[in-house]
Amino acid sequence: MTGERAIPAARSVGRRRFLLGLSATLAHPVTAVAIRYPDVVPGTPLRFPRDHGAHPDFRTEWWYLTGWLYTDRREPLGAQLTFFRTRPGLQEDNPSRFAPTQLLFAHAALADPRQGRLQYGQRAARSGFGLAAADERTTAVHIDDWSLDLREHVYRAQVVTETFAFDLACAAHEAPLLEGSGGYSRKGPDSASASYYYSRPHLGVNGVLERSGERTRVRGEAWLDHEWASEILPPSATGWDWAGINLEDGGALMAFRIRDDAGQALWAGGTHVDARGVRRTLGAHDVAFTPTRWWASPRTGIRYPVQVRVRAGRFTFETVPLMDDQELDARASVGTVYWEGAVRAISAGRVAGHGYLELTGYGGRPRL
Amino acid sequence: MIARLDLLLAPLRQHPARSTVSIVAIAVGVALGLAIQLINATAVSEFSSAARALAGRADLIVRGPRSGFDESVYPGLARTPGVVTASPALEVDARVAGTRQTLRVIGIDVFRAARIQPALLGLDADLLDMLRTDTIFLSPAALASLGVSVGQTIELQAGLTGRVLRVAGTTAAGEGGAAVGVMDIGAAQALFHRPGRLTRVDLALRAGTDPAALAARLALPAGVVATRVEAEGHDLARMTRAYRVNLDVLALVALFTGSLLVFSTQALSVARRRAEIALLRVVGFTRRQVAGLVLAQGALIGVVGAVLGTAGGVALAAGVLHVMGSDLGAGYFSGLQPRVVVGWEAAVVFGVLGVIAAVCGSLAPAIEAASAAPTTALRSGDDARAFRGLQTPVPGVVAIVAGAGCVFLPPVAGLPIFGYAAIALLLLGTIALLPRIVAVLLAAARPPRAVAGRLALERLRASPAQAAVSLSAIVAAVSLAVAMAVMVSSFRHSLDDWLQGILPADLYLRANDVGDSGFLSVTDQRRITETAGVRQVEFLRRLEVIIEPGRPRVAVLARDRVDEDPEHRLPLIGPAKPGTRDDAPGDAWISEAAAAIQGWRVGQRIDVPLGGRRCAFRVAGVWRDYARQSGAILIDRSRYVAFTGDRTADDAGIWLRDRAALSSVRAAIERLAPDAIETLTPEEVRTRSLAVFDRTFAVTYALEIVAVLIGLLGLSSAMGAEVVARRREFGMLRHLGVTRREIATILAAEGAIAAVTGLTVGAVLGYVISLILIHVVNRQSFHWGMTLHVPWAGIAAFFCAMIVAASATAIIGGRQAMSGSAVRAVRDDW
Repeated sequence: MTGERAIPAARSVGRRRFLLGLSATLAHPVTAVAIRYPDVVPGTPLRFPRDHGAHPDFRTEWWYLTGWLYTDRREPLGAQLTFFRTRPGLQEDNPSRFAPTQLLFAHAALADPRQGRLQYGQRAARSGFGLAAADERTTAVHIDDWSLDLREHVYRAQVVTETFAFDLACAAHEAPLLEGSGGYSRKGPDSASASYYYSRPHLGVNGVLERSGERTRVRGEAWLDHEWASEILPPSATGWDWAGINLEDGGALMAFRIRDDAGQALWAGGTHVDARGVRRTLGAHDVAFTPTRWWASPRTGIRYPVQVRVRAGRFTFETVPLMDDQELDARASVGTVYWEGAVRAISAGRVAGHGYLELTGYGGRPRL
Repeated sequence: MIARLDLLLAPLRQHPARSTVSIVAIAVGVALGLAIQLINATAVSEFSSAARALAGRADLIVRGPRSGFDESVYPGLARTPGVVTASPALEVDARVAGTRQTLRVIGIDVFRAARIQPALLGLDADLLDMLRTDTIFLSPAALASLGVSVGQTIELQAGLTGRVLRVAGTTAAGEGGAAVGVMDIGAAQALFHRPGRLTRVDLALRAGTDPAALAARLALPAGVVATRVEAEGHDLARMTRAYRVNLDVLALVALFTGSLLVFSTQALSVARRRAEIALLRVVGFTRRQVAGLVLAQGALIGVVGAVLGTAGGVALAAGVLHVMGSDLGAGYFSGLQPRVVVGWEAAVVFGVLGVIAAVCGSLAPAIEAASAAPTTALRSGDDARAFRGLQTPVPGVVAIVAGAGCVFLPPVAGLPIFGYAAIALLLLGTIALLPRIVAVLLAAARPPRAVAGRLALERLRASPAQAAVSLSAIVAAVSLAVAMAVMVSSFRHSLDDWLQGILPADLYLRANDVGDSGFLSVTDQRRITETAGVRQVEFLRRLEVIIEPGRPRVAVLARDRVDEDPEHRLPLIGPAKPGTRDDAPGDAWISEAAAAIQGWRVGQRIDVPLGGRRCAFRVAGVWRDYARQSGAILIDRSRYVAFTGDRTADDAGIWLRDRAALSSVRAAIERLAPDAIETLTPEEVRTRSLAVFDRTFAVTYALEIVAVLIGLLGLSSAMGAEVVARRREFGMLRHLGVTRREIATILAAEGAIAAVTGLTVGAVLGYVISLILIHVVNRQSFHWGMTLHVPWAGIAAFFCAMIVAASATAIIGGRQAMSGSAVRAVRDDW
């Protein structure tokens, strides 16, 4: 549901704060050139592999990979790699190869309980010169030596940061899971707020992780979201909660809610695929997030509901984080602080699945 | 202890004027040297802090011609193994439209710069503002110098048109006080019509990567080089070094003059106090203690002078920086707003030099004082024996011969060390031989008819050593003044002649007189050519290219019709071997500096990097160019266009159909782009160039005046001392019935004769030194020659003034000396 959670809102505090900033500025453009972004239209069929690729006409787009990894000694770890693409609508008539018509951003994070806190790295570049690009034909996006490529149903994620590096092969055994209505995912009471959105649950991970120069083989299971849109979240939104869980029974669950100033849900939704493969779309009334435990960041002082009871249709579970400190402080680059963590889904006293929980907008209004 | 202190201070206190002059001389030397050092340290530190801020955490900087290089270099650099981040930039010295101000605009890729050059980013900036086409971030210095605040707009000239930009915020890029603006690189390429151009790429390397080894591995186009960040600013330091060393030498000469002043005052004081000193010996002082006493007096003068000089130096540096900027008006460091950096090492070094100079000046008098046998010295009339040691000609002759030999030695590390050594040796040798020279000159002089004159001449003839002692400082000062005057006047005249020869057109036009953001497009060129009344136009494209890494950029001038008739159009030096118009490689006409720095000879094939390629030329001849210190290469513009496809131009030389129509043609051309185009007649170019020359040499003029003042003070104090020393002689003359007036006349004559003698020696020495300055020092420092031109009128006026001043001081000194009664004066002796 990266899509839903990611839709820009002027006052939102999410990890896409930067994108939000772009949108906010574009809402009252200074440039003389009026940029016409395409609309997200219900009923538009998604076609693959074309729609695995980038959609540069749309204002924003992201590929969001999250997964649980295990070393040979069965140590559990959380890993995340996200590529954002944005079209700021600037210098579109400038023939310079440096004209910043397409910008790319990336985050990578590693949740290692031995470290006790999230390690992460960031990249940002304008598309061009072959140094940063998002291919339109299939998933092939890179910034320098960071990349995410889809080849023969396998996503390859390569990241090098100062503290860790990974090279993961994530094999997709199932067809893309189209979120919302055939890939049209609504984000708010106004039907204009929407995105194209599909997920790849149950990706089988096999790869190499390097921590402080030490290489380990890792296996595990991951989840990929790909989402693109042009329109903005409801202006009253301040943040969102999102969860994507690979269920132990072979099913998958995605749920999100968009919050207002008072912390109340402005909109919610999700998708549940059960053990038999039956897919159920969840409406705004089917989904509820209830915090059960809060954790305060010792660095920023921000309090996050790191443990949440999620009701998704008839299925209810509680998230338990791999570790509490999975706060990602990206204020220096894209200007946002949020919590994005590996969680276990506990239902009826047993582990029902593994996945990721995202909590944004808990740090108050973004600094502009 | 107190008694010793009194012994130390008494002689100084007895002659406050003399002591003061010595102290002032030392102080001036220290102040000048320190001020030059501080000014330069300030400039270099500002430049390097600005450069550091721009380079940030980069290890290597890839640079090319000033106009930039193709951006296709950038991705290759970014992908080079070992390179973590490559940050491209386009720098333009943009003219602020309608003014003579420039703003250094740096176009950056904010995403790349953020990783290694955080100072370049806008402070608290909206990222989008760093990506727009119409926004710019200014350093505080730029805001101040442009008189704008955030939110307002500025207009920059691109080509011949102005472009309005919104000041979106501030940047820390101007650390060190540089006026800098930062904007998006894509926007900058479009704004300044530099599609596909970069001027630098900063590289941050993986830890443990050897920058030099990586730099050697990079495959870069011709004329593009990678240099260590630490080397940044070296170019600039190297460029200003010769100029700076010249000034440093002037400061040392001032110190040397000070040292001579201390010598002459101390020597006369020792001579005068021979009896006192002998008494000290009798009451038990050893030779060593007597010498120590004299040296301590010198040291005291030195310390007081050094302290005053240090304070003066700091004040002088601050004042000069405030008025002229840190390049002393030479135009090297434009765009910096300096604040003086007080370097204590420099203060200590020059302070110690001041003390050493004073002690050295006291050395000979100290030895003299110590060597006198008490019994002989106590007897009167022994004065003339003094300084017999100085009359040995050997050291003087050796110094002069060695000095003459130094003239033929090559520069050391690009500096005319041996040239300066030759000057120093000639000066020392002449001063060592001064007693003999003075004796010879006085012996040759025809005795004047007047009694006073004859008496004065005889008196001087009787003690040439003493006369020489009083004259040493004035000889040094005059020789320096004459040498500088001849050199500067030769340079100025050569420059003037050169300007008249090199400006054959009726009217000149420059699109980027200020900054480098202006240029003439093909359309602009056509419109100029088609202006009514214009007979012919020659366009010129100016570039600065890197011939060899680590050396300053060399100017490439691509001018129309160079191949047609270069010999009549260039101030050629030596034989030329032009090819024909269709020859390949084509002719390159190189400046003297290019020939000297690059070691190129006529007929040699050279590679000039144009448009990223090595383009072959043949050196057809060498011409004189006073405008570009780092060298220039003149080629035909059609060849340049063939190599690069670049048809833009920077300058134009315009010939008119009818010279009378000058003002109307001029107005018509300036109307093509008001505010952006400025035209100048050859006469205006000449006036402007000479004004720049005079500004550059203003410091030299000032130092010259100071040196002469010191010399004059020295002469007056020496004359005064002389008169005091001869009180009993005047007393005797008064007893014999000579009137005070007559004594004054004798003194004036003595002063005038001494001055003429000193001036003659100083003038001859100064002329020789000026030849060394012109043919050795200047050629080795700046690689250009000049024709000798002696400013006779100025020197004659200066000499008259000196003679009058010397006579006047002699009379004043004498009057003071004779204020006591004649009887008491004579009694002194018994």
